Amino acid sequence: MMRYLAASSAREAAEALAAEGGVTRVLAGGTDVLVQLKAGLVEPALVVDIKKIPGIADITPEAGGFRIGAAVPNAVLGEHAGVVALWPGVVEGANLIGSTQVQGRCTMIGNLCNASPAGDAVPGLVAANAVVRIEGPSGTRDCPVAEIPAGPGKTTLKKGEVITSVFVPARPKGASDAYLRFIPRTEMDIAVASAAVSLELNADGTVEAARVVLGAVAPTVVIAEEAGKVLVGSRLDDATLAKMAAACEAVCNPIDDKRGTVAFRTKTAGTLAKRAAVIAYSRAGGSK
Amino acid sequence: MAFDEYQKRDFKQVGTRVRRPDGVDKVTGRAMYGADATAPGMLVGRILRSPHAHARIKSIDTSAAEALKGVKAVLTGADLPVQDEDFIRDVQDNCMARNKALYDGHAVAAVAAVDAATARAALKLIKVDYEVLPHVTDVDVAIKPGAAVVQDGRTLENVPAGMSENLTSHCEFGHGDPEAGFARADKIIARSFRTAATHQGYIEPHAALANVTSDGKAELWCCTQGQFYVRTLCAAIMGMEASQLRVTASEIGGGFGGKTTVFIEPVALALSRKAGRPVKIVMTRDEVFRATGPTVHTSMDIRIGMTKDGKITAAEAHLRYSGGAFPCGTVDMGAQAAFAAYDLEHVRTYGWNVLTNRPKEAAYRAPGAPQAIYAVESVVDELCQHFGLDPIEVRLKNAAKKGTKSSYGPTFPDIGLVAILEAAKAHPHYSAPLAPGQGRGISCGFWFNFGGNSCVSMNINTDGTVGVTEGNPDIGGSRASISLMAAEELGIDYDRVRTIVADTSSLGYNDVTDGSRVTFAVGLATIKAARDAIRVMRGRAAKIWGIEEEAVDWKDGAAIPAGPNAGKFPPMTLAEIAAVSFETGGPIAGHHEVNVDGAGVSFGVHIVDVEVDKETGATKVLRYTVFQDAGKAVHPSYVEGQMQGGAVQGIGWALNEEYIYGADGRLQNPGFLDYRVPVASDLPMIDTVILEIPNPGHPYGVRGVGETGIVPPLAAISNAVSRSAGIRLSELPMSPPRVLRALGG
Repeated sequence: MMRYLAASSAREAAEALAAEGGVTRVLAGGTDVLVQLKAGLVEPALVVDIKKIPGIADITPEAGGFRIGAAVPNAVLGEHAGVVALWPGVVEGANLIGSTQVQGRCTMIGNLCNASPAGDAVPGLVAANAVVRIEGPSGTRDCPVAEIPAGPGKTTLKKGEVITSVFVPARPKGASDAYLRFIPRTEMDIAVASAAVSLELNADGTVEAARVVLGAVAPTVVIAEEAGKVLVGSRLDDATLAKMAAACEAVCNPIDDKRGTVAFRTKTAGTLAKRAAVIAYSRAGGSK
Repeated sequence: MAFDEYQKRDFKQVGTRVRRPDGVDKVTGRAMYGADATAPGMLVGRILRSPHAHARIKSIDTSAAEALKGVKAVLTGADLPVQDEDFIRDVQDNCMARNKALYDGHAVAAVAAVDAATARAALKLIKVDYEVLPHVTDVDVAIKPGAAVVQDGRTLENVPAGMSENLTSHCEFGHGDPEAGFARADKIIARSFRTAATHQGYIEPHAALANVTSDGKAELWCCTQGQFYVRTLCAAIMGMEASQLRVTASEIGGGFGGKTTVFIEPVALALSRKAGRPVKIVMTRDEVFRATGPTVHTSMDIRIGMTKDGKITAAEAHLRYSGGAFPCGTVDMGAQAAFAAYDLEHVRTYGWNVLTNRPKEAAYRAPGAPQAIYAVESVVDELCQHFGLDPIEVRLKNAAKKGTKSSYGPTFPDIGLVAILEAAKAHPHYSAPLAPGQGRGISCGFWFNFGGNSCVSMNINTDGTVGVTEGNPDIGGSRASISLMAAEELGIDYDRVRTIVADTSSLGYNDVTDGSRVTFAVGLATIKAARDAIRVMRGRAAKIWGIEEEAVDWKDGAAIPAGPNAGKFPPMTLAEIAAVSFETGGPIAGHHEVNVDGAGVSFGVHIVDVEVDKETGATKVLRYTVFQDAGKAVHPSYVEGQMQGGAVQGIGWALNEEYIYGADGRLQNPGFLDYRVPVASDLPMIDTVILEIPNPGHPYGVRGVGETGIVPPLAAISNAVSRSAGIRLSELPMSPPRVLRALGG
């Protein structure tokens, strides 16, 4: 028989999860967990609801950036002018998940912990160098988002650990980001390939720093280091963009499945990175 | 029936956009769909399904499930009778496997339990010992000699010896001497095509509640397109007399042909008989995809010859259709429909049905026609491109018209194809400028339309209102249309008529809601029932006035004296006659029962503009216009809805929808996430142009409109993609990976 616990503190949640010998699930928006339960994919012994933990659904300014609670619905995030202005690419990724109804429930942290290689909220957070705060049996720790995914359906979180918030940092002037995904439809779908690009520009409009992150082309989100380096110093001329796309293709390691072929995912990841870079560049105030 | 039924008239009600009678219930959630049925003491039925594409069932041990507390019945194929007749045996075996599981998702056992959790637990306790057999899920693989044989002994005599046993039947249509025609062509194009199986994608999953009582009577409530046919099939499977099984159809959340047969209904009945309690089964979406009927998947070779001025000299089609693990006749309809839009001297089509380890095909909107016509219209378009000819002009030059001997045999009476092509040519869409990178495609479409058995009762109530009782589930607005035709004929307001769909014990037999038949055939029966009621009312008026019945006419909803010699009486309205009916001979009713012939064929033409993203292979539909002959549009909004709905399903079929099987023979995408029907944001407004070329076989000129609309989109979009991206695809769907690969990406 499945038990349900509405935790009143992160500590209580962590302790309950640590003490449970059977399968556990953490419930925030529930847009993945409830679907898995209904489909019979998982029969947890314990479900811990974290939504009622004080402060866990808050967005708080911190050190020029924002701390976003683990239970903040993506629809609420999308209406937060401060986060949207600072990290538009992070927010647009989060807002692509599901339908309008799902947006009212789903969370970025849920998307991260579901650990699908195709999660739309994850590439943007990784490109932003976002850091999660984790409550666990041995106390509180911070960890880069990039280090959480371990493979399809798997995270690096240890038994009893629960993420309580994610921090997106401050940005200098002349910086922005963008996220694009490819789906065969226009909504209500899962990324076949995706790309997030975060740029910082120099005063002369050249790229000072760039981070390119790809989704759905490997078991976990992929940081395309070389692709980011290619952009530095450029104004995103066509030759640079082509080189960056090639660098993206080089780090893709996708699967062939019902949603797309290896060749399609690889090619499309490069195309999306080019297009996302152009959008981020324009948002950062650059003009080609 | 006389074929000169149609009489020109000025309509007062037919052709207006009246309020739909089911709207309030549906938008407020009060409409009773299949899963809403409930009965005291009702059990939950669930079905165990094969995880294998092809396996011999060596044994099924149900003892642990039967021993579980709360389980009231367990059913396997052994509980059902052995059927002698092929057709019924196939239907039954598809509902519950006997000896072999023939596809992933094939039902092998079922339980009835006190609640869903117990039923689920019981399914896990059933032990099926399978001997997994080699499988085949692709039509082109299945036809090869040496392919795994899905069912042996099913090949008809018209299939030559030495071919794969999966080829079960052959058909051939046409006339003339194609080779002589090809010799006169300036260009012959021969191409091969493949289309994926697609599902009707109705939103409401199948649901049935069965209640078999100990005295042998049974009630069945279910979501179906034809309660009478459900009764026929279930009575045969259950060994019951038709009178003892009453079937009531629920409101229906879509069917598109897929609810014209049974899947869970006999299982619910058999479980209920075994358990002695009502049993309800509701399918999950996963079950709907794996175990109900998608359409056929196909492989086709088309060869067409044309002169340089656009005259088709000869045409030939070889069609291989697979409707899954059981024989089906869908390829015959494809072979008949393929060249229906053309007036050809030399034409031949050949069809083959092929067995594969997939679910048993069910009808899907114009079954068999979209595939063949997609292939034909693609080759015609390629010939137009080759000669630099306008695709509408070429179709006009070769169009079937009144007097044309059709490629499938009959000579056409009045048909609307030329008028539709002319309307499309003259429409602003066809001449609107295109931006660079955009492409415009057109295609013709065709469907036969059916008539069939129809039975209508019409009760004239004493308050002057009218109740119409018909027997076809309302799947596309038929209640509104039938009320409109009743009101028109009686001469009263639409709001005074209410049409209901009766159960099988309340009315004579009605064929299934299919073949675009209901507004045509049931409409005809309604008009005739109204005339019958009018005859009775004229008699009552004659009695009141003391004159002969022949001396009474009916005009504008009232009895009037036929002429000056009949006497001087003020008109007596329907309401006035009805109010005194108890004193003039009793209740007033009209009836009509008929097997309707004379369904007029229906043609359509679609124009579509698309833009292909050459970096991703994604196709965006920019503008879409449907032209279709409705004969007479009884309720234009519903007609437009049918035209738009057909176009949308065709767009999904052209671009993304497909049954995807893995190497293990299992369906990879049994859900709406990865079986991609279009969402609203994928589509432009689908514009519609209704043409009205009266059908001589209907009093008001009505033709069926439900199916033709799904036929043209496949080729229209493929032709538009060709003109946008410079690539000619020959396989559906044109999903982004397939398009990008064709672009060399």
